[in-house]
Amino acid sequence: MAGFKLRRSLLYVPGNMPSMLQNIPIFNCDSVIIDLEDAVPLSEKDAARHLVRHFLLNYTDRNKELLVRINPLDTKWGYEDLKVVLPAMPDGIRLPKADTPEIVERLDTLLTEFEEELEVEIGRFGILPSLESALGVINAVGIANSSERIFALAFGAEDYTASMEIERSRGGEELFNARTRVLWAAKAKGIQAVDTIFADVSDMEGLRNETELAKRLGYTGKCLVNPRQIEVVHDVFAPKQHEVEYALQVIEAIQRARQLGTGVIALGGKMVDAPVVKRAARVLRTAYAHGMVDTLIDEEAIHGAQ
Amino acid sequence: MALNSLGREIPESYAGKPLIPYGDPFAIRPVGTVAARPLKRVNPGEKKLLSSLREAIEASGLKDGMTIATHHSLRNGDFLLNRIVAEIADLGLRGIWIASSSVHPVHAEIIPHIKSGVIAGFQCGVNGLIGEMATKGEISCPIVVRTHGGRARSVIEGSVPIDVAFIAAPCCDEYGNMNGYYGPSACGSLGYAQIDATYASRVVAVTDNLVPFPVVPVSIPQTLVDYVVVVDRLGDPAKIVSTTTRVTTDPVGLQIASYAAQVIEAAGLLRDGFSFQTGSGGISLAVAEKVRNAMRKGSIKGSFGCGGITGYFVEMLEEGLFSALMDVQCFDQEAVQSIGRNRAHQEISADMYANPFNAGAVVNRLDCVILGATEVDTSFNVNVNTESNGYLLHNTGGHSDTAAGAKLSIIVAPSIRGRLPIVRDRVTTITTPGETIGVVVTERGIAVNEKHAELKEELIRRKLPVKEIGELQREICRVTGTPRPLEFEDEVVAVIEYRDGSIIDVVRRVKE
Repeated sequence: MAGFKLRRSLLYVPGNMPSMLQNIPIFNCDSVIIDLEDAVPLSEKDAARHLVRHFLLNYTDRNKELLVRINPLDTKWGYEDLKVVLPAMPDGIRLPKADTPEIVERLDTLLTEFEEELEVEIGRFGILPSLESALGVINAVGIANSSERIFALAFGAEDYTASMEIERSRGGEELFNARTRVLWAAKAKGIQAVDTIFADVSDMEGLRNETELAKRLGYTGKCLVNPRQIEVVHDVFAPKQHEVEYALQVIEAIQRARQLGTGVIALGGKMVDAPVVKRAARVLRTAYAHGMVDTLIDEEAIHGAQ
Repeated sequence: MALNSLGREIPESYAGKPLIPYGDPFAIRPVGTVAARPLKRVNPGEKKLLSSLREAIEASGLKDGMTIATHHSLRNGDFLLNRIVAEIADLGLRGIWIASSSVHPVHAEIIPHIKSGVIAGFQCGVNGLIGEMATKGEISCPIVVRTHGGRARSVIEGSVPIDVAFIAAPCCDEYGNMNGYYGPSACGSLGYAQIDATYASRVVAVTDNLVPFPVVPVSIPQTLVDYVVVVDRLGDPAKIVSTTTRVTTDPVGLQIASYAAQVIEAAGLLRDGFSFQTGSGGISLAVAEKVRNAMRKGSIKGSFGCGGITGYFVEMLEEGLFSALMDVQCFDQEAVQSIGRNRAHQEISADMYANPFNAGAVVNRLDCVILGATEVDTSFNVNVNTESNGYLLHNTGGHSDTAAGAKLSIIVAPSIRGRLPIVRDRVTTITTPGETIGVVVTERGIAVNEKHAELKEELIRRKLPVKEIGELQREICRVTGTPRPLEFEDEVVAVIEYRDGSIIDVVRRVKE
């Protein structure tokens, strides 16, 4: 579980708006996706990527993960975006329209070349592919396995519904199959799954319902279009107090078990073994991020001493 | 010139009166007795009702150089002060001092009468153009800025004797009983006017809603009122609302509100018996909204909400989250309607609200107050009077009173205002001393005054972005750059009086 990173909230910020960029440090979302793609008009593509580069270079006390959504690599802007922005060291690239494994592989190769040129560790730049078409959803498994840089799969419902020639509804029934397929691919690969945006900024109840649905299905985070949405999303993803208490009991029980030389023990009449411990560890790490427990659980508690 | 304890140069006297430099918030002990005024007798059959404002001014015996007062409960919707000053000018009087509870932008109409010498000066703070012109040197009249509690003190102790109080009375009878609850110009609480009615030598009730005797409930009784005059309109109550009364939707404002609400929780104040004050304005209301949700969630039964009361606090009262509202002034129509129908919505005088020189004001019972700022400095001193251009634009209100009284005073402000950093080395004007400020909350971090060390530790434990105030300043200045200091002339255009009567700062003429 080394390298566990909480990604409940990934906030989009337009790359061509200095007033919004300068507020990035203040919001307590887990990640920011600075957008060079859809939010930026064609006439500002060039200016925006330089603005973003300078913002990143000056943002030295980084307090959240920084991703940049580049333009698709088959447009004339995609490569330039990488060339200008990567030297300013974002944490990763959100790749739009990742319809096939080959598209992701191409980005992977480019990132390796830039890493060599910039003399940074290979694999430093992560990839968050957007599955946002029927083709992308069908190829989810292949895409998840196309690069070791991929830390999560993101589902994009707006483009997906367009590619399906359907409307997006408030209940989201039409997205169910696609959401599930993206999840399966992510979970099979052991990476995170990030749900699509909820566009109506004034409808907090709708946002809460949709986030609760995504969480129940297995999503670990959600993309956001407005900072006002952060609080609701964090609230949904926060573990409940009784879950935290139970998780603490599980960890204590398994530590007792190890002292007794076994990996299985009963807690309140139920068996505690590796999968239960793993789930408890995940709850406690999330609880730590929410300030609900004071110490971060260590690896030894989860896996036992080597 | 003497330096006060905050390092500000205070002249020895101002407008002919000696000044006491500020020392600390709680040390000055009052001596003497409350001010007296003449005894009166009104025999059966004598009438108080006069036919016009002019007749009332004449009957009151107002002379050159005397002091008049009005209340500001109709805020920027007040018509009365302008009318009185116009009548006084018509009567040929000169050198009149205004000691109203506050003066608003609508009163810019009296500026020609300042220039002509009808009005000599202000024994109260001013909002808007009058202060701006004074700071630019375009008009010349002394201004003594006072807090709400400090104004009540100055009148009660007799250092500002009011010769004639003109009280806008939204609901009044011919014998002078009045309240502010009902009528076309209803403004709710008459908390400021209660002081004037009690201590002014002559009291004139002015109404646009004369009702049959007796008015009940009685906010100001007939025993204090000399004359009653009817006018067509006292004011426009729609303009009582001077700032927004809706929760902000700005993500930066909401972030600040969220931090402030978490500070209140972390301070351990959110328990049964909680007492709270916020102003109007989007961020304050957003804090109130979050506090309300937290109170609901924890089934907390608060004690009282205080201050300028908004519809927000009325809802909290009606929901049972507070057992009472202590209301010196209504900030919107919802509050005005509530005070007329709900006995738990208590009208209080400015004396009871915030006067430091009585047997204990309501502000002393506050757990927490949310306050604004135009600037804060690295010693936590707060400015609300002048803007960063040096112009005197705002009155103090209850800022310093509540900061001194409450267990925890929280300043909420965006870190950048009009391209300028909110945290400065030195605020342009000190309104409220840093030793009475607990926490400064901006969207870029939370600075805690060292006297709240335990709270600071708890905030860190809760992973809130606690920063030293100097660190916060440097971080903001990395975005804004460091502003060039303003330049001032030596001439003092206004003094900022602390609630106890000492002088915390002065406003000097801006070098243009």
